[in-house]
Formats: sequence, C-alpha cells, structure tokens
Amino acid sequence: MNFYALIAQLIELVAALLLAPLLVGWVNQCRAWLQNRTAPPLLQTYFTLHKLFHKEVLLAHNASPLFRAAPYAIFACMALASAIVPTLSTNLVLAPAADAIAFVGLFALARVFIALAGMDVGTSFGSLGSRREMLIGFLAEPALLMVFFTTSLISHSTSLSSIVQTLTRTDLIIYPSLAFAGTAFTMVSLAENARVPVDNPTTHLELTMIHEAMILEYSGRHLALIEWAASLKLFAYSCLGIALFVPFGIPATAQPADLMLAAFYMLIKLAIGGFVLALIETLSAKMRIFRAPEFLGTAFLLAVLAMLVHLLLETGR
Amino acid sequence: MSELVLVLAIPLITSATLALVGHRRYAASINIAGSLLTLLAAALLTVHVISDGPLNVLDEQFFVDPLNVFLIALTALVGFTTSVFSRPYMRIEHDHGKLSSGRLRLYHSMFQMFMCTMLVALSTNNIGILWVAMEAATLATVLLVALYRTPESLEAAWKYFILCGVGIAQALFGTILIYFAAEQVFVHEEGAMLWTHLYAYRTELEPTILSLAFVFMIVGYGTKTGLVPLHNWLPDAHAEGPTPVSAVLSGLLLNVALYAIIRCKVLVDGALNTHFAGNLMMGFGLLTVVVPSFYLSRQKDVKRLFGFSSIEHMGLITFAFGMGGGVASFAGLLHMTVHSLTKSAIFFAVGHAAQMAGTQVIDEIKGLIRRSPTIGWGLMLGTLAILGMPPFGVFTSEFMILTTAIKHYPWATPILLIALGVAFASMFGKVQNMAFGEPTVKPLAHNPALLPVFVHLGLVLILGLWIPPYLSEWFRQAARMVG
Amino acid sequence: MTPAIILSDALGGQLINLCAAIMLLLGFAMLAQRRILSLINLFMLQGAVLFTSTVIVAYTTHQSHLYWSAGLTLTLKVIALPYILHRLIRKLSVKWDVETILNIPTTMLVGIALVVVAFNVAQPISQLSGTIMRATIGIALACVLLSFLMMITRSKAVPQVIAFLAMENGLFFAATSATYGMPMVVELGIALDVMVGMVIFGVFFFQIRQQFDSLDIRHMERIKEE
Repeated sequence: MNFYALIAQLIELVAALLLAPLLVGWVNQCRAWLQNRTAPPLLQTYFTLHKLFHKEVLLAHNASPLFRAAPYAIFACMALASAIVPTLSTNLVLAPAADAIAFVGLFALARVFIALAGMDVGTSFGSLGSRREMLIGFLAEPALLMVFFTTSLISHSTSLSSIVQTLTRTDLIIYPSLAFAGTAFTMVSLAENARVPVDNPTTHLELTMIHEAMILEYSGRHLALIEWAASLKLFAYSCLGIALFVPFGIPATAQPADLMLAAFYMLIKLAIGGFVLALIETLSAKMRIFRAPEFLGTAFLLAVLAMLVHLLLETGR
Repeated sequence: MSELVLVLAIPLITSATLALVGHRRYAASINIAGSLLTLLAAALLTVHVISDGPLNVLDEQFFVDPLNVFLIALTALVGFTTSVFSRPYMRIEHDHGKLSSGRLRLYHSMFQMFMCTMLVALSTNNIGILWVAMEAATLATVLLVALYRTPESLEAAWKYFILCGVGIAQALFGTILIYFAAEQVFVHEEGAMLWTHLYAYRTELEPTILSLAFVFMIVGYGTKTGLVPLHNWLPDAHAEGPTPVSAVLSGLLLNVALYAIIRCKVLVDGALNTHFAGNLMMGFGLLTVVVPSFYLSRQKDVKRLFGFSSIEHMGLITFAFGMGGGVASFAGLLHMTVHSLTKSAIFFAVGHAAQMAGTQVIDEIKGLIRRSPTIGWGLMLGTLAILGMPPFGVFTSEFMILTTAIKHYPWATPILLIALGVAFASMFGKVQNMAFGEPTVKPLAHNPALLPVFVHLGLVLILGLWIPPYLSEWFRQAARMVG
Repeated sequence: MTPAIILSDALGGQLINLCAAIMLLLGFAMLAQRRILSLINLFMLQGAVLFTSTVIVAYTTHQSHLYWSAGLTLTLKVIALPYILHRLIRKLSVKWDVETILNIPTTMLVGIALVVVAFNVAQPISQLSGTIMRATIGIALACVLLSFLMMITRSKAVPQVIAFLAMENGLFFAATSATYGMPMVVELGIALDVMVGMVIFGVFFFQIRQQFDSLDIRHMERIKEE
C-alpha cells in the first residue's frame, strides 16, 4: 500500500459517485436519440437528485426503522462496490477486498435490504416487487458467479485485481470462453439493473414493474439515495464488464500519468458501453415476467458453457 | 476385375433404363433380366475369386475376399428371385389400384438402385464409401417403403428415415474416428481409409480410439441391423412397404449392415487384443434375441410378425459373431445365408397370402392351403424352417451357435433357448391358423411366381443336410478372417 | 518483403477455437429456437462458421484439399440447403410456425450434460491428435449430440430435418478437426447423400401434409402395437 494507491482509490470512489448519474443521463440521452425523441438534458439525473434531496421525507405510519435505514445501507453497498472495481488501476488500497465472490455478496446484501424495505410498509405493490426481485436475483446470481468462476479459472484467482492484471498482461489471445461469459454477463446486467428486456426503468405500469414497485413508498432524500444507488449499481456493473472483458488500458501502477490515461480510456469505454445499452434497450421488447427465468436460464447456460469451453479449449496451453 | 465392374454397373444401368422407359408391360421383365445378369456376373466373380484368391481392384478402392464374395453372391441371388416374385405381385397390386404406373416406375428403378448400393457397400474397400453406400441404400429404401403413400406407409418411412439417419450419423463419427486412428499410424502412406491397409496395420492402431469408434459403429450400423433398442423402425418398415421390399430389407439390407459391423470388429479385435468388441456384440445380440421374441405373440399384422422374427435372427447372428472363434463365426455366416433365403421365401408367400385375403391381419387370413396349396405350404414350410426345425439349414446353424454357447458361455444358453422356445410357440400357432381352417381367402387373378419360394426353401434344406465342400471351405476361410 | 497476411499457427489455432465456440453456441441457439425461420438462418450461420474454420485450417496447415471441402460446405450448407429450406417453408406456408411444446430450460440442462459427456469422451482423442485444432473434437461431438437432442425434442417435421442437417455439420467439423478432413471422394459422396436426402425430405413434407393435414409428427400415431 502506498500513497498513490490511496489517492487512486479516493479518485475512483469520487469518480464513481459523480459519474454514475452522468452515465444514467447518457444512456437516457442515447435512448432518446435512437427513438427519435427529444433528449432530456445530460445532467437531468443530477437535477432530479438535487430536487429530491431538498424535499421533505414522508414516511408511512407503520414504517419500521429498517425502512429508514435501508436507503443508507443500499447506498453504502453500491458505493463500496463501485469503488473496489479496478477501473483506473489494479493497484488500489481496497484491492484485497475486491474479491469476485465478495462482490456478488455485496450485491446480494443490497438486494436483501431493498426487498425487505419493499415489504416493510405492507402495500401489495411492495411485496409484489420484492417477490419478483428475489426471483430474478435467485436466477441471476448463479449465472454471475459462473461468469466469475470462468474468469477466475483463466487467472487462477478470485481477486478482481489479479484477474484484470492477468487479462491485460497477456498479448492477443482469443478466449472463446470470455465471449460466452461476456454475453452471459451482459444478460445478467440487464436483469440486475432493471433494464428493458426484463424490467422497464421508466414505467410505472403496475403489472410489469419490478424495481419501481419496491420503492413506491419512498420519498425525499431516501428516494434520492436509492436512485443514486441504482445509478451506482449500473456504473459498477459497467465498470466490471469493462474490467473483465475489455480490460486493456488499465494500468498495474497508480502513477498520475497512468491514471490520467486510464481515466481517459474508461470514459470512452463507458460512453460506448452506455450507447450499447441504449441500443439493446431500443432494439428489444420487454418480455413477460414469466419469460424472465428463461432469459436468465440462458445466461446461466452461457456462463456454464464458458467454463466448459475454457476447460476444454484453453487449459492445454 | 471386369466381373466386379459388371456386378456394380449392371444394376446401375438397369436402374437408369427403368427410370427412362417408365412403366411398360416389359418393365418387370427388364427388372428380371437386369437381376439375372447381375447374378451371372456375381457367379463369374465368385468363380474367379475361388480360383484366383482375393481381388483388389480399381486403385484398391474395391476388393473381394472370401467374406464379402459370398454375401455378394447371396445378394445377387436373392435380388434375382425377388425380382421374379415381384413381377406378378406388383401386377396384382397395380390391378387392385394400389399403385399407379408412375409408382411402379419408381419401384423398379429404386429396386435396382438399392441392389446397386448394397453391392457397392459389400465390395468397397473404403470405409468412407461403405458409409456413403449405406446411406444411399437407406435413401433408396425410404422411397420404397413409402411407395403406397398411405398415412401408415409415410409414417413408417419417416420413422425409418429419422432413426436410421440418426444411427448412420453415429456410424459416420465412428468412421471418422477410425480414419483418425489410422492417420496416426500411416504417416507417410496413403489409403488410411482403405480396409485392407487398416487390416494390415490393425495391431498398431490406437486401442482407446478404436474401442470408442466401435461403440459408435455398433450403435450406428446396429440401428440398420435392427439391434434392440434401436429396432423400432424395422417392423413398421417391413409391414408398410411392398412385400418384395420387405423381402430384400430382411434378407439383404440387414445382412449388409451387419457385414459393416463385422468388418469393424476385425479391426478393433486386432487393435485391442481383448474381447471388448465381442462382448459388446454379445450383449446387443442377446438383448436382440430376447426382446422381440416376447413381442411376437402380440402381433396382429403378419408382416410385422416376420419383421420381429428378422430382428430376433439378427440378434442371434450378432451373438454368434460376438462369441467369435471358428465354429461360431462359421455358424454366423451360415445363419446369415439361411436366414436371408428363408425369410425372403416367407415374405414371398406372405405377400401373396395377404393379396388373397386383401388384408395383412393374421386373424382374417385363414385356410390358405385349401385355396392355394403352394402358397399355404410354402408359408408353413418356411415358418418351420425359420423356427429351426431339423432338416432345414437354420437348425444346423442354430445348433452350432447353441453348442458353442454351451461350451464357452453356458449362462447364455438358457436365455437363448427360452427366447427361441417362446418364438416357436407364438409364431407356430399363428401361422398354423393361417394355413389351415375354413378358407376366408380368394384365389389370385394372376398366377403367382412361387418358384422362388421353393428354390429358396430347397437351398435351405440342402444346406441343412449337406454343406457342399467348396462352400464350407469358403465359410471357413471367411470365419478365420472374422476371428 | 511483401506485407502478406501472416497467420501464425498460434493465431490460427485461436481463431479455430473461436469458431468452435461459436459452433457450440449456435448449436445451443438452435436447440432453444422455436421459430422455423430463425432456425434456418441459424443453420445457415452454422454452415458459414464451418466454412470459415475449414478455410482457416486449410490456410494455416497448407492442406489444399481442404479448400475444396470448404467450397463444398459453402455451396451446400450455406447456399443450397438454406435456399431449398426457405423455398420449402414458403411453399408449405409454415414460415411462421412456432414449436409450442418445448421446455427450453430442461432441454438446455440436458444439453449441458451432453456437452460434459462429449468433452469427456473426446478427452482421449484430443490427447492423441496432432492437429492444431485437436481440442475442438470435443466441441464437434457436442454439436452432434446437441443436434441429436434437438431431433428428439422437436415434434415438427421441418425442425427435425434441420436437426439432421446440423448433425451432418457437426460431423464435418469433427472430420476437419480430427484429421484435416476425409478423402475427397468420401466427402463428395456424403455431400451427395445429404443433397439427395434433402430432396426426398422435401417431397415427403408435401406427402405428409397431404395425408395428415399437418407437419406435426405427433399426428403420426396410426401404427400401433396390437
């Protein structure tokens, strides 16, 4: 651990907190362009957060302390998750904590909180949303774990830092398994972030919503924190995807020059990633909730295939 | 060499001719003439091979040795007699309005095409060409099975197509594996797919790959042989296709598929030096003997009945080759011969019987002997022969198989005996009811050609009483080769 | 020195592995595809991948006869058969047919099990093979088994046939990966058989529909025991 590592870590945390709403804004803007609509301002998410932070918090009479604590817990989980993904450098202070399995655990923890909070007040929508959220989580987590296992098998480690290091260090080697894992990861990300084929982040149509159903009772700064956490989650997943599947340009050191370059690469990659996400959302139609298991089952299958293909094709090297 | 070319070319030319001339009155005669010429060429080839030893012709792509020459002769013979039988049979079908002229053209042309593909499969030296010929034989017979275009025949043909397609794909994988194993050995030499070369280097082939290949081969070609549990297509195809096709399916195609398995077994035995292939064949064989014998009693359709009986006999032959050794292989070859002669004779008789009754349902066919003694007795004697009654050749081969089993695999003997006993009980009763009793059947409009039935049964009888020395020498040589 | 594209052995091997992986992926995609039209397109894609990998093998190993094999694949599997199939489904007006009884998750799980089996079976072969694409034999076998599974799970005639053809693709891939292809005469023979088989299938489709008023194989249950 050295000084630069600490600085890099701090920069990354701050960058995540600041950039996450921007990424959401960017995706929305791309989506609007693709759908021939007038785009909202790029900074719209900030305005919304700002507005919400200044609003009064209204709580249901029967809301428990858990209901009030949940937004903070979720926000903390997501902030930590975004901070530990090695995007700017693999030499971070928190690098030892950045374990792939711990990462999945962190998301699971946030999920538990949000699901409990959804059921806390006892409205029917809340529990409906929570149930669906748990269903999706139940299906998505194994797939995500399988993706991590594949990348771990390639680099013989479950630490995200060393995975990224291994993947950046090797010269051009085509890993067919990574193509499978990448596809699986994309599918899981779509489901986990409540994006279009599984959920629609912009709708409030009762029958289809998942994420929105759980947070209907929130207002004011609580809602702001949850929205921010949701954008952080998207950010974390995007960074993770970048780190695992297009890792070039992530330096092993934390020298200022390297960091600058890495930040530049990251911004470009995030912009492209956001555009691709908007493209996927535009091109696909929301599927019925009952089809979600099929969708995630396919993701799981792909992840398993990735592992098998890796074992067969790439171990002999 | 020229004889072999003739054997292969005559059916092909006849097929093309028949396709061109369409259905004329003399189309059936052309069919018979073509088959006769093929038979003559095959006889010449046999004489040639007997006097001069194995042949290796056309850039080694084709070869004839004691094992396949007798099958070529048998195929040509049964092909000829079937074409003789089919002339009146198909004429009656045509008169009954079951077949249009266009269909008859297809039938004649495909019949010869089928003969051609089988002869290629038997005589080729290239295991890849063997596969291609087997697949082509499947395609030709699919068209023949679906000839009537009834829903049932289409269903049977579809089942046949799909099952055998799947099976034969496995066989292709097995072929690729053998080729692969050969490539490891034949570094600087051509012809890694030629059987004679493979045979010469069989001890050097990689054992693991060969055993894997054999599993694929036996599953693949076994589907075509009708080995249980891959036999589902066989009774349907036999029951729904025209009777001459049932006769050649049972009498010839199953033999050819089995021949492919045997060729493969020789290589695997050489490479493995264990009894792995034999054990596998014995297992499949035993299952194939036992299972259909219990299905026999439940059959209502006479052609299905004999289809199941064919499965049973294929099981017996597979078991015999699985046991291996001089006597068992000899018995297996003999059984292949007598089964194909007897079963095709039975199908000839059954075909006419069904035409007389206007149905294939066993319960509705009665009093055949009273109406037409030749057909009735032909069926009765054929059934007795196929059930292994003493003077006939089937008895000799079954006896040899059983004695070998008692000697080397005593545990299998009771199983075989029970299966044969059950088969006897269920088949004999049914056929007896068909032959005797008050006639429900009507005489035929045209004279049936029943000479083939009695020629076949006569040959089987002779083989039961006395095997000519040159034939037994021939079998012995082939048996030595099979091991 | 001219700036020729130099495809090193290592890179060629990797590209072939990539093709193999895509073949497997397409195998699964076909297994899970309910619509006939998409199925045909997937089949065409699989043929294209097969063609590409054969060309890469031919280029890296200088086996000129493989170019012929690749050409055969291109004409037959990528152009001719998909064309015939497209025409067929248009004429039979089953273009938008959907396979309704298909339990995709279960099928997929069985598929994964088959892949594991295939990989294990292919293990001893891969160890012996000296070709640059030895590892792909397992994938080829997996493709064959997946098509096999597809054939079993489908109840309509056209998808069954596509499965049959896809099986042939897998076998060709196996031949290329294990032994750099088979002798030309055998490949030609196989291609001929496939072609003739396809034509017969085509005729059959019409016959079956005429007799059963449907291309659903489940209607075929006239022949029964007893």
